[in-house]
Amino acid sequence: MTAYEKLKTARGKDRPTGADYIHNIFTDFIELHGDRRFSDDTAIVAGIARLNGEPVTVIAIERGKDIYDRMKRNFGSPNPEGYRKALRLMKQAEKFHRPVICFVDTAGAFCGVEAEERGQGQAIAENLYEMMGLKTPTISVVVGEGGSGGALALSAADRVWIMENACYSVVSPEGCASILWKDAKRAPEAAEALRITAEDMKQLGVVEKVIGENKSNEEIFAEMKESLYKEITALQKLSTEELLQQRYNRFRAY
Amino acid sequence: MAIKFKDLFKSSKQEAEKIIERHVESHAEKQAEKAEKHVAAPQQEDGTKEITKTCPVCGTENSVGELWENLNVCKCGYHFKMNARQRIAFLVGNENFEELNGELVSENILDFPGYDTKLKSAKLNSHEKESVVTGVCNIGGYKVALFVMDAEFMMGSMGTVTGEKITKIFEYATENHLPVVGYTVSGGARMQEGILSLMQMAKTSGAVKRHSDEGNLYITVLTDPTTGGVTASFAMEGDIILAEPNATVGFAGRRVIEQTIKKKLPNEFQKSEFLLEHGFVDSIVARKEQKEVLKSILSMHVKSEADGNFYNSFNHKGGNN
Repeated sequence: MTAYEKLKTARGKDRPTGADYIHNIFTDFIELHGDRRFSDDTAIVAGIARLNGEPVTVIAIERGKDIYDRMKRNFGSPNPEGYRKALRLMKQAEKFHRPVICFVDTAGAFCGVEAEERGQGQAIAENLYEMMGLKTPTISVVVGEGGSGGALALSAADRVWIMENACYSVVSPEGCASILWKDAKRAPEAAEALRITAEDMKQLGVVEKVIGENKSNEEIFAEMKESLYKEITALQKLSTEELLQQRYNRFRAY
Repeated sequence: MAIKFKDLFKSSKQEAEKIIERHVESHAEKQAEKAEKHVAAPQQEDGTKEITKTCPVCGTENSVGELWENLNVCKCGYHFKMNARQRIAFLVGNENFEELNGELVSENILDFPGYDTKLKSAKLNSHEKESVVTGVCNIGGYKVALFVMDAEFMMGSMGTVTGEKITKIFEYATENHLPVVGYTVSGGARMQEGILSLMQMAKTSGAVKRHSDEGNLYITVLTDPTTGGVTASFAMEGDIILAEPNATVGFAGRRVIEQTIKKKLPNEFQKSEFLLEHGFVDSIVARKEQKEVLKSILSMHVKSEADGNFYNSFNHKGGNN
């Protein structure tokens, strides 16, 4: 598959969405709503749940299932209140020493007038700033499209994983082609040049792990549950200082 | 003369063509008129032509010399762009500025097509090696770490070296208990460095957080334009966020939003005044007042005027360091 074909796969309608990962990997999920500032952003589904019995905070960007659900969820493009809800729950997780697990799948943070009025840039900046110092283990998994700052806002984590057919990029190939070459049709070329595939992420050291997809969804969920549990258990053995130092070094290396 | 589409629909094909032709002609005439005005600069006494800049707001022809004396601000208050060295010169004076990590240079790490050429022309155009200049200086008697971004270098886009220099200056400031003053101007993350440029947002944010956790002060001054990944990271992480008047500051580009919502946006959208109104900027400070305001803010963060040490979690409790 070319990079652009992979991106189309990542954007595919039939792929499991963020909430699918929550419901199939965790038990006792209780959704917690709202940012306590403005509203509840339905593009982000988040709450507390158990991973193999262990309490965790889970946060997922949700694109929606059918067209009505997708419209309700703003096609998985969060507004500032979505990022602020995520941050509120991350700080809550820190308070109760719960690990945080994020599932990332977005074309990007929403580009709209209200999003700007409510400080989309500031909301993302604050998430990055706080995540870099969050005193609890964090793992982010890019499960579909990892679109720019809107994806990074939930991915400044101790471990970042990516699905085999997912993509992660600083800009959409369409956007890149239209800005650089004034021709959105050259997106496939841009996709190659930008290096957006899971394989590229591994090569560039942006992710620790690529999760194979050549198996049933049930198998994928089961394997991910096991890997998440193993990794969280390992991260919990570190002291807070070690954890934060390692996270700092992880991003310092780029 | 604007075309009336009503007339076009009513008329025959030939008539319609004529209307369009007339419109194109009158448009071309207007453009030519404008161009002529722009080139015809006022003559100096010795007969040499003076270079002028036309203010896009009031239309005044400002001579470059006069403009510079007024810190590149038109009489009407419009702030023309300024490159990094000009800002450093007016803010602290070049001799008072010690550059750090000036030797770091970007490379085409992903082998992105056309990036080598872009880097070369950016270097020629800006006389800089990267889109940010960092160092230490003295503002009104207070030692500070300073970074100033430069729009002349690839629109101030953030590549890995930009992120590295900003991270390094924060680390230096943390180690030396110095406040950081940062001037931002940027089109956002640098596409040609792909995902690695995105990672700079997290990297710099980590460094800002460490600096802050040690009790140090960070002041940002947002200048025109500050957008994308820079807005969504260190630009918005200051303890105190100042902005130049009428600067465009936002996350998404104006055109992208217009395409998304299929509507024209008002002029004031994403201007610093708009951000002030919505609570994302502490104060709008005109260029000629910036030095005084910075000095004043810095002075309120020192332990005592006598020793010039800044408050932070260590020297606050432990006396002199």
